[in-house]
Amino acid sequence: MKQKIFPNIDAAVADVPDGARIMFGGFGGAGFPNNLIQALARKGTKNITAISNNCGTRDGELGLMFKNGQISHVIASFPGPHANYFQERFAAKEVTLELVPQGILCERMRAAAAGLLGFYTTVGVGTEVAAGKEERIIDQQRCILETPIHADYAFIKAQEGDELGNLTYRLAARNFNPIMAMAAKTTIVEVEEIVPTGAIEPENVVTPAIFVHRIVQAKGIRYAG
Amino acid sequence: MPDKPRLTREEIAARAAKELRDGAYVNLGWGIPNLIADYLPQGLTVFFHSENGILGMGRRAKPGEEDYDLVDAMKVPVTLMPGASFFHQADAHLMTRGGHLDVAVLGGFQVSEKGDLANWKVPGARGSGGIGGAMDIAAGAKVLIVCMEHTTKEGAPKIVKQCSYPLTALACVDIIVTDLAVIDIRPQGLVLRETTPGWTKNEIQELTGAPLS
Repeated sequence: MKQKIFPNIDAAVADVPDGARIMFGGFGGAGFPNNLIQALARKGTKNITAISNNCGTRDGELGLMFKNGQISHVIASFPGPHANYFQERFAAKEVTLELVPQGILCERMRAAAAGLLGFYTTVGVGTEVAAGKEERIIDQQRCILETPIHADYAFIKAQEGDELGNLTYRLAARNFNPIMAMAAKTTIVEVEEIVPTGAIEPENVVTPAIFVHRIVQAKGIRYAG
Repeated sequence: MPDKPRLTREEIAARAAKELRDGAYVNLGWGIPNLIADYLPQGLTVFFHSENGILGMGRRAKPGEEDYDLVDAMKVPVTLMPGASFFHQADAHLMTRGGHLDVAVLGGFQVSEKGDLANWKVPGARGSGGIGGAMDIAAGAKVLIVCMEHTTKEGAPKIVKQCSYPLTALACVDIIVTDLAVIDIRPQGLVLRETTPGWTKNEIQELTGAPLS
């Protein structure tokens, strides 16, 4: 059986190529895969499309990769007031941005995870978000067509992972992580603790192992910024 | 503009808190709405929802009590009420969009007489701007309250016939609570329900960009 546990953080991202589309979990400082992000910064992968709620906090979270010029396109809901490295690159037109309402960002990833080719929503009707999108009327409501967001990789953070890849999350550090885990072709998780298979009660598993491809233990950087 | 006392931001929050019903599920946005939790009427229990996947969010954490895995949508460490729950961000917005929240309270730059809301971007502002959860929340709450100052710092009305700022959602606002008035948005237009003491309807109408009935 294929071993999902990687010996160290750099090995877990060693094959991520230039031009990769990568989802990054985390919200409000909680649940960011900071150790994986640092490893990708060391590796120097370039021309990344990043899919993430926000764009870092100064050097922290995705901030480092914007500082290094590794990201060329972002799909995000709220780049954030402290994403100074992103804002500098954006102002210099070195990074392009697609702004997506937060819940629609989730659902577009979930559509990708679920094998759906899109959905209609009232969110964004009559706003900048609707530009270029098909609009129709369903049940007497104006709505727009939203399409899936796919990714080559998801970098996520979990609390416990067993040897098969079943995951739990801590408090509100769950946020985008379970959705991204389901949506990407290859999901790489950094966990606080690797536990033996069977140690997580089946009814407490939040992300089932089928969605997880690489597991690495990382206690280094928990919070940033 | 009459130089008379207006409600402070805290007083606007306290007034908006009176619109909440016991047992309601409520989402509070950035700015004045975020102050509402501190001004709930005695004996009222409401369940606060946070877009990052918390239902039953309690007060802010005291110094020494902070856990940075337990933060609100503004990244501030918070606590939990008994009976709280966690879920992922898609379910958090399923709650906002799907009509499961009883009340959402958002800040606003402009509200139109039809209830259109503009609250995410100032025209000409530098930087990328950011939507966050505002569009999902505005589109789905059963009752949407907007808390804001009645006029801009320059004295221009923020309640207008047509929003000139980038829109958050169309025809979504039900109640506006400002430093001068409480206004209901009805099919026939804006209905002035309450005025701040010392202010007349005519004075408030002069500072409002659409007719009040």
